[in-house]
Amino acid sequence: MSELTAQEETTPIKMRVRETVILRVVGKALVPFILLFALYVQFHGDYGPGGGFQAGVIFAAGLILHALIFGLDELRTAIPLVVVEIGIALGALLYGGVGVASMLLGSEFLDYGVLDGHDPAHGQHLGILLVELGVGITVTFVMVAIFYAFAGRSRQ
Amino acid sequence: MGEQVMGSVIEGVLFLFMIVLAIYIARLRSLFAAAMLFGIFSLLAAGMQTMMDAVDVAFTEAAVGAGISTVLFLGALGLTTSEETRPVHYRFTGLFVVTATGLLLAWGTLDMPAYGDPNAPIHQHVAPHYLDDSTAEIGIPNVVTSVLASYRGYDTFGETTVVLTAAVGAFLLLGGGALSARSGRDEDHEEADSSGDSATGGEGSA
Repeated sequence: MSELTAQEETTPIKMRVRETVILRVVGKALVPFILLFALYVQFHGDYGPGGGFQAGVIFAAGLILHALIFGLDELRTAIPLVVVEIGIALGALLYGGVGVASMLLGSEFLDYGVLDGHDPAHGQHLGILLVELGVGITVTFVMVAIFYAFAGRSRQ
Repeated sequence: MGEQVMGSVIEGVLFLFMIVLAIYIARLRSLFAAAMLFGIFSLLAAGMQTMMDAVDVAFTEAAVGAGISTVLFLGALGLTTSEETRPVHYRFTGLFVVTATGLLLAWGTLDMPAYGDPNAPIHQHVAPHYLDDSTAEIGIPNVVTSVLASYRGYDTFGETTVVLTAAVGAFLLLGGGALSARSGRDEDHEEADSSGDSATGGEGSA
């Protein structure tokens, strides 16, 4: 009982968003497309504008929009804090790992040319794809982590 | 030539909108409306950058400024009131500092090369190498991506680390979701105790 009233007091905007049918229905329909668009931006960054950073931000915006509509607990169930914490480090680790891999293959740190034995340009393709993926993963989970840190606080 | 004039007109209109919007946001008391207008301001800035052929920057501006910032503002508004309290008296020192800094910055740009000048130092150093040889060396069509991810891979790695540090800072200062959920329950516990309701207090500490 006391928990319910506390939640209502702390989340006036979010409650309003959740109570409005139009916002809820339109938001629910939009979220999958936002996530899909983020993936497009992520993997099409080699050919058009975009890349890991923009994709990560758009993906996180989609997830946070979902949380604003359906509540923080829904998103916390889908993406637990442990996953967020691992994801933050995993992206940066993937980026650094590509650099170390190119060092182990006998070149300089982050020189992707050696990643493919036959054609340096193919190695560059692979390196950029992995590095951008690392940026995307880290940025997505960092934005979600900041949102968790903000939204998890109750009003004083 | 006509295209250039058209471009200048569009840039001028966008710039005018941005100035009007900035003044309006500064005078606005409703924080909810201000958060929404900030998003529109970013969208106008993104349009401006598109006009300057900086599509990757415009994309970032739209995604960060109009996208995630607005959503985070809404999340933060849930923790506070949606109306700004009226200040007791206006501080004119603040206005003076802002105006003086703005004028200094504008004065500083006078020394910079003209916008789009092909002889500017920035276009003479490594840029020709990137533009000429990127197709052969990297082989992907978007030169911006090949500069960011490959030629300047160290910088982007540094930026990723900065973003990671931001999350670590947020966790340390605000506490992660789990941490604050626990402290939130503790607050309920205290409130319940002070009101003398021992039943909910016992549940809270469990």
